[in-house]
Amino acid sequence: MADIRTETMTVNMGPQHPATHGVLRLVIELDGEEIVQATPTIGYLHTGIEKTAEQKKWQQVVPLVERMDYLAAQSNALGYVMAVEKLLGIEVPPRVQEIRVLLAELQRISSHLVWLGTHGMEVGAITMMMYCFRERELLLNINELLAGFRLFPSYLRIGGLREDLPVGFHEAVTAFLDRFPSKIDEYEGMLTKNSIWNKRTRGVGVLTRQDILDYGLLGPIARASGINYDVRRAFPYLTYPSYDFEVPLAQDGDVYARYTVRVAELRESTKIARQALARITPTGAWGVDDPRIVPPPKDKVYTEMEALIQHFLIYSQGFTVPAGDAYVPIEGPRGEHGFYVVSDGTNRPVRIKSRPPTFLALQALPKMITGGLIADVIAVIGSADVVMGDSDR
Amino acid sequence: MESVTALETLRQALPDLTIELVPSVDQPAIVVPAEAIELVARQLREHPQLQYQVLAELTAADFWPREPRFEIVYHFVSLGPAALGDGAPPAARLRVKARVAGDQVRMPTICRVYRNANWYEREVYDMFGVVFEGHPDLHRLLMPDDWEGHPGRKDYPVQIHKAVDVAQPLQVTEEDFVRNIERQRRISGADPRVQ
Repeated sequence: MADIRTETMTVNMGPQHPATHGVLRLVIELDGEEIVQATPTIGYLHTGIEKTAEQKKWQQVVPLVERMDYLAAQSNALGYVMAVEKLLGIEVPPRVQEIRVLLAELQRISSHLVWLGTHGMEVGAITMMMYCFRERELLLNINELLAGFRLFPSYLRIGGLREDLPVGFHEAVTAFLDRFPSKIDEYEGMLTKNSIWNKRTRGVGVLTRQDILDYGLLGPIARASGINYDVRRAFPYLTYPSYDFEVPLAQDGDVYARYTVRVAELRESTKIARQALARITPTGAWGVDDPRIVPPPKDKVYTEMEALIQHFLIYSQGFTVPAGDAYVPIEGPRGEHGFYVVSDGTNRPVRIKSRPPTFLALQALPKMITGGLIADVIAVIGSADVVMGDSDR
Repeated sequence: MESVTALETLRQALPDLTIELVPSVDQPAIVVPAEAIELVARQLREHPQLQYQVLAELTAADFWPREPRFEIVYHFVSLGPAALGDGAPPAARLRVKARVAGDQVRMPTICRVYRNANWYEREVYDMFGVVFEGHPDLHRLLMPDDWEGHPGRKDYPVQIHKAVDVAQPLQVTEEDFVRNIERQRRISGADPRVQ
């Protein structure tokens, strides 16, 4: 034993690690238990959705973009349809806007529930997953009622909605909103003051304000570092300015701060959803009054020749969108989720690009975990709320 | 109104540059010469009246067969006084485009100004084959490292049939194996662990 050599060890984490939320691969260089260097590798879930979309007609792209961030399908669809509507220069009726607000907030709750459940489970609170998925099930049932599909409803369409709200929708959402606030108390009761949870999350994966700006992280992660930026406030869309809600903030920038911000967002989203539901009239318009874009009702297709022609035009050739480009950001569950859409004036897009919040969060991951312990990697990945479908597309 | 002032500020800061305002339906959009992008980015980020502190999005669009074929599109956002503190300019967005010809797909990087441009530029390189000069680590991001071609391009075939690459197990005969071990021993000297 003349001299003891120490050397770093390189560990490959993923792409099949259960706590990487899909197929994220991390190459970690370890000095004992401490992380010296980390390199995320993405692309294992790259499915070429943006390229596929270039072969489709404008309306056919909606189901494709929903499959990007598969936990927040309606938020993707909302960003895309709003970008195309901006190019078309149309504004959907107020009732449609209120319904879209409601769906966007329900989607945020649904996505945050998956985050909270899996994040809790990975840090050791396995009950969280059971509890959160119990409430998420109710939201998936609402989707099923709405569109017959649970994860990817494709209910939002360019120019409005697919059809009017189904019978029993108000009752189902009311039942959920009545039940949900007490459930948030239940989640908080299990975690907020839990000493194991606090020890695992406080002071871990810290990002400063400057890091947030450098890495372009906009969303709950930024708000947990004290940057008061919410697209709904800074660049308002739909009817959000008329709603009464707070933007939750925290200052520490660690895993715990991100937890408090997202749990507070659950409460705020419930508040917005309740206001939206009260405003949605039982009957009314569910699309723009523009026969170029919205197909005519079925009874007219069977009785009127013009409607029949229009029906065939829309379903065989689609509609054209004026040449130009538009980038419309929305506040998705993971942060600013924008869609950049380019048209050359034909019935198919030239280019579609989503701004994936997960992509940016993963780019900042080495910053969050370097210098920490390997056990904290799991907590940090959970707090970044990564969805590989979003980052790889 | 606001876009005009932002454009004027930028023009005053960079008087030698031709900055063209292009029509846009959602946010002000300008076209700048590709070789000046780093200069423009630095002004946008650091000028006290602009403070576009965040690069929200960076992508490219291919307009093949039109020339110049590629448009590299940058979306900058200024977060406003609520996020940056009093005295910051109001929240604003700006789209900056640079045009790149198909036979000269090169572009300076803006990684030194906006750190998160790193992965965005890698993605654009991966999908469109645009080489970002000065990028610290330019290689493919989403596609496998040995992929041929750039799938985002319009002249890339949509339905492509590629033979599957299968890794062959290493074929070593017994003699090769022994020779290899002896060679190792010669290189590393007398290792007491190897008997």
